[in-house]
Amino acid sequence: MIDKDQYKVQQEPFYQQQKNEVALYEAAYRNRLPVMVKGPTGCGKSRFVEYMAWKLGKPLITVACNEDMTASDLVGRYLLEANGTRWLDGPLTTAARIGAICYLDEIVEARQDTTVVIHPLTDHRRTLPLDKKGELIRAHPDFQLVISYNPGYQTLMKDLKQSTKQRFTAFDFDYPDAALEAQIVAQETGMDETVAAQLVKIGGVARNLKGHGLDEGISTRLLVYAATLIKDGVAPADACRMALVRPITDDADIRETLDHAVDATFA
Amino acid sequence: MTETVYQHPLMAAYWRQLDTRFPQVEAVFDDVMAEALAVLTRAGLDAYLEAGRVIGKLGRGVEPLLAFLEEWPSAAQAVGESALPAVMALIQRLQKSPNGRAITPFLQTLAPVARRLQSEDQLQHYLDIALDLKARTTGSIHGHHTTFPSPGLPEFFAQAPGLLAQLSIAGLGNWVEYGIRNYRGHPERQKDYFSLQSADSRAVLQRERHGTLLIDVERKLDLYLRGLWQDHDHLVPYSTAFDEIRKPIPYYDKLGIRLPDVYDDLILPSSPFPHPNPLPEGEGEKAEPKPIEREAGGEGRTRPSPGASHHPLPQAGEGKTVISGLDRYRAALAHIVGHRRWSDAQVADNWSPFQRMAVEFFEDCRVETLLIRAYPGLRKLFLALHPKPLETACDPETTSCLRHRMAMLSRALLDPAHGYIDADLLDTVQRFHAVMAHGESSTKEIAALALNYVAKTRRQSDQFARVHFADTVVDYRDDNRQLWKFIEAGDEEDAFDEPRKIEPGEEIHGLPPRHYPEWDYASQTYRPDWVSVYEALHPHGNAADIDRLLAKHGALAKRLKKMLDLLKPQDKVRIRYQEEGSELDLDVALRALIDFKGGATPDPRINMSHRTDGRDIAVMLLLDLSESLNDKAAGSEQTILELSQEAVSLLAWAIEKLGDAFAIAGFHSNTRHDVRYLHIKGYGEAFDDDVKARLAAMQAGWSTRMGAAMRHAAHTLGARRADKKLMLILTDGRPSDVDAHDERLLVEDARQAVKELDRDNIFTYCISLDPKADEYVSDIFGRQFSVIDRVERLPEQLPQLFMALTK
Ligand SMILES: Nc1ncnc2c1ncn2[C@@H]1O[C@H](COP(=O)(O)OP(=O)(O)OP(=O)(O)O)[C@@H](O)[C@H]1O
Ligand SMILES: [Mg+2]
Repeated sequence: MIDKDQYKVQQEPFYQQQKNEVALYEAAYRNRLPVMVKGPTGCGKSRFVEYMAWKLGKPLITVACNEDMTASDLVGRYLLEANGTRWLDGPLTTAARIGAICYLDEIVEARQDTTVVIHPLTDHRRTLPLDKKGELIRAHPDFQLVISYNPGYQTLMKDLKQSTKQRFTAFDFDYPDAALEAQIVAQETGMDETVAAQLVKIGGVARNLKGHGLDEGISTRLLVYAATLIKDGVAPADACRMALVRPITDDADIRETLDHAVDATFA
Repeated sequence: MTETVYQHPLMAAYWRQLDTRFPQVEAVFDDVMAEALAVLTRAGLDAYLEAGRVIGKLGRGVEPLLAFLEEWPSAAQAVGESALPAVMALIQRLQKSPNGRAITPFLQTLAPVARRLQSEDQLQHYLDIALDLKARTTGSIHGHHTTFPSPGLPEFFAQAPGLLAQLSIAGLGNWVEYGIRNYRGHPERQKDYFSLQSADSRAVLQRERHGTLLIDVERKLDLYLRGLWQDHDHLVPYSTAFDEIRKPIPYYDKLGIRLPDVYDDLILPSSPFPHPNPLPEGEGEKAEPKPIEREAGGEGRTRPSPGASHHPLPQAGEGKTVISGLDRYRAALAHIVGHRRWSDAQVADNWSPFQRMAVEFFEDCRVETLLIRAYPGLRKLFLALHPKPLETACDPETTSCLRHRMAMLSRALLDPAHGYIDADLLDTVQRFHAVMAHGESSTKEIAALALNYVAKTRRQSDQFARVHFADTVVDYRDDNRQLWKFIEAGDEEDAFDEPRKIEPGEEIHGLPPRHYPEWDYASQTYRPDWVSVYEALHPHGNAADIDRLLAKHGALAKRLKKMLDLLKPQDKVRIRYQEEGSELDLDVALRALIDFKGGATPDPRINMSHRTDGRDIAVMLLLDLSESLNDKAAGSEQTILELSQEAVSLLAWAIEKLGDAFAIAGFHSNTRHDVRYLHIKGYGEAFDDDVKARLAAMQAGWSTRMGAAMRHAAHTLGARRADKKLMLILTDGRPSDVDAHDERLLVEDARQAVKELDRDNIFTYCISLDPKADEYVSDIFGRQFSVIDRVERLPEQLPQLFMALTK
């Protein structure tokens, strides 16, 4: 049989609650309602799900979705072997069998015909038909489906179908407010709070420029990177340029403005 | 799209107006008119043709006319049509002097010159420089009073665009001055100088060529304001060169933030607390209280005298700090932001000029202290730019030292290492910091401190006519005009409402109203049947106007066309890596076979299939036609309405080319009882003359009850059978109406309408032209919006946005 424990989150991940999302998630899980986590890149969606899996003591299976993904990549397929074929469960099937939380990251990236395979799992049926194998799996009572997506990249053509969206309860994540975000960066890296707050300030400058030449601001993830570099002894200004400014833009004017913000902040 | 323009009967009329027979002009007339029609107003067009007529009759052949016809529209776009009389005046002056030959070169470079100068004022300075050059180099060779034309003038005009690409208008003035003074009497060498052939000509150019021009860093400054300060405004350059008596100082008002057109890099000796000496040699104490002169680097430079070595900027070497022009702009902007955030206007009438000056110094320091709190790095910048007066520099027995005391105090309030020892000063500095330690303090509180300081340190000599100015001018600070209100000066609010174009109470024709609910966020319920929406056909105008607009954007349309072609449905798209498909994908299959033979697990996805890539999109474009559209777009001669009209025409043209189902409607409202929904184009209609005629008649009035309009539009769009439904909303302000006193009410209602639409599978997307949109637009539309910062670019951006959305 499959070893459930390999999918368990072993150590408590650090997760700083923004509001009351932990309790709300627990309620959703108690009732096995599917959950959708929306929010910009690097704002803590994956971390949240990981934390919840740990808190609930359930295995977590994460799938990063992409354009080339087909239904078989989720459900499973027959493999050729020297002496015949062998069925291999896909991650979704595994999760349904063992009662894991299945986290489909960036679900909009997958093609819509792929996305529909999750439908029977998300309503009262809680089943997964394996057409090729002729098997109908009833999801384990502990199984839950979680998807994430970043509405920032959404266009008319790349959006979830209503019939998909409306199968989920949803959390709308965003970057935390400055004080909380500074706390997160500090906790996550062991950086002292003043420096963390300065990093968050620079993050804020970039977020103000969203729509004026930047598609996305600086994510919490990048702030954590910058703090990590500083912790390692890199000069703050260099760490910021490397972890905050350079990654997000090639626009020279914006770069110069952010560089200036870095210098003005770390006087 | 519009072959019609060229045969238009109007063209014939224009030709008659120009009244010329040059065949060379006839050959290019259609082309130049296409551009002129696109950028000039009707009045401007008349003036253009009339000016052309005059130039054609100067008796100087076809060249000046050709040059004028080609250059003026683009010049007018840069500096405004109203500059034409000044241009014509110069031409007349040239014509009446022996310098008629210079008219052609003048006109030939007018457009690039105007584009560089960007304002009528600046162009006027340019014309003045040219006139000065003309006057001083014409007919004066060896004292003969013969009528020699200026040898340098035509060369000067030919070089002007290149010169202005490197020099501010002030620098240009200096460069010309040098040439006149040195070569007035030497025609050949004068020519060499003004055609940049001679070595000293290029050397003077190099010397004048420093500093950062505002127009070159405008975007950076805009990003600076938005990013670091969440503020934004128009940045308007003023010329620093020509106001000899009183150098202008930065300021801001309703029209924008006014900054010098150029800042030089400032090079300072880097002591631990660098002390700039922005005053050129010889500018020490002034004998009389001359008005403030701002003499930092380029803005205050005097014209070079011949031979005299011109105060060269020191080279930054070891031990020098350079404050870039860009940073000086940033300092000026930050300071202004500080006032905008934290200063309250005070009634000026009860205070003496001395008291006001003190209050200004204290308040400047208060806002800068707060600015430094936000970005500690600013302290270094401010201190580098702030003078550091010597404590003993002013003699109170002979001179008024008030400015000196204030400047020292100002320094001390910002510079912990000021080193002054005066007891009153130290005491006041301490009190200032004590007050600031509690928070932001206020203009009022700090004014009290200022008055106290003035009273404590007052001296008889403060009244003396001889004022100590050296090292007392803090030149990145604005002139504080916003800090004062004057009671006598007619304080009433200017004008109430602009006149409305559509009279309320106008007859409503057409269908009976439809009623829609409205969301009341306070009670979290709908008010049923709350809003009445009247749908009517939009009035008609002249379809040819729209064709004219499309012709104007001919070049843009060509570019768009290329992008459209890429978007057009390609019939078949190959999908690779399929386990089941219609064909074997040989590449992948071979790879799989090799894997298999080698004992590895082969990839089973060895097939491919095809899919017809149909676009099945229905689009609804909903136009906010409220009163504010009649405003002029910032930085443009056109109203927002006109720009919207152009943009919508282009978008309609583009969508028509793509073949997507497409409707257009406009809306405005006058209370909940009267929301008008104006049909402009239905899904069944082509983008034909009927539709164009309606677009041409677009008018703006009343308010913006957006939610109701969206619900009504959704009705039509929802009924379409299409895979994807897109509602684009073009608006320039927040939802509001005269009967909605709570600002949030209609914002919340619109947000609710977006949710309803989303439920009905309609994707809403807002294109906002409101510079303040950041405050509310995401509350309504989530992430589904774009704010167009430069409305004048809407015609270009709207179609591109649409394509990006549906890619
Ligand atoms: N609330 C939080 N508590 C703890 N750490 C956080 C929190 N929010 C963000 N982080 C930090 O930010 C990093 C990025 O978060 P995460 O990987 O969850 O982003 P995401 O939203 O899933 O991004 P993407 O959409 O790019 O996958 C985490 O590794 C963590 O360091
Ligand atoms: Mg993630």
